[in-house]
Amino acid sequence: MSDAIMERMWELAPAFVEGIPQGKALGIKFIAVDRGKATFSLPYNTAIIGDPDTRVIHGGAITTLLDQVSGLAAAAAIVSEENLLAISNVATLDLSIDYMRPANPGETVIATAHCYKTTHHIAFVRAVAHDGDPDDPVAMSQATFMISRQRKSS
Amino acid sequence: MTRQELDRILSRTPYAGFIGVEPLVMGEELTMVLKYKESNIGNPFLPALHGGVIGGFMEVTAIAGLMFSGHYAKMPKPIGLNISYLRKGNPVDSYARTSIVRQGSRVANVRVEAWQDNMEEPIATLVGHYLTADSKK
Repeated sequence: MSDAIMERMWELAPAFVEGIPQGKALGIKFIAVDRGKATFSLPYNTAIIGDPDTRVIHGGAITTLLDQVSGLAAAAAIVSEENLLAISNVATLDLSIDYMRPANPGETVIATAHCYKTTHHIAFVRAVAHDGDPDDPVAMSQATFMISRQRKSS
Repeated sequence: MTRQELDRILSRTPYAGFIGVEPLVMGEELTMVLKYKESNIGNPFLPALHGGVIGGFMEVTAIAGLMFSGHYAKMPKPIGLNISYLRKGNPVDSYARTSIVRQGSRVANVRVEAWQDNMEEPIATLVGHYLTADSKK
């Protein structure tokens, strides 16, 4: 794996989340990308509260964070010289999430994903979301993504 | 549960308004509507709704469906859920309905289907377990 490709991923990855409408609306921030790995953060925002009694953010916002970071990890696993636009070539097939505990109100949620296996058609990704201590996760996910190997016209 | 109570619950769930969810009640049947809005786009090139928004919409629908059953005083909390993405979410309105598969004393199992133009062609499904331990019953 040449460093040039990962350097290019570092340049492209922020736009992949901060440049899309829902990523922008949630304020998700790019933190890091590496071969088959990615990290994003989701700042606390009262607009995405799920339960006003506890002020805990809604699971749906965590779902979007986990889907997005897992997609980048999958793209970062298949990216190559010929296909620097791997980001647009993965589509979520399924996403399983375990919610271990509510995210602490006021805290930023950090999610890290690892694509641990790819086949010709499928990428397998695990991710963890926490709000400061990775050993005390808020949620963990397992996802599969369809890979389109042909460059899309768009 | 009355329509007014349902509206009150949704109005107290900022995330539902954030993605643009509205209830549609026909008799005893609750359908949730995700009004199309540009900020829900995940892929601007296709364009397509964000998979996470479709997931979040079904999570709102699951909780609303459980509350609408009238068995719970407090909002159920998600334990584990599985989302299948079946078709691209087009930039149009989406709909979803909850079926309560099993209502246990502490945990409920639900299934949610989401569709757009044709109910026979769902764009996504969710199956999940919700903690309902604070139920009225």
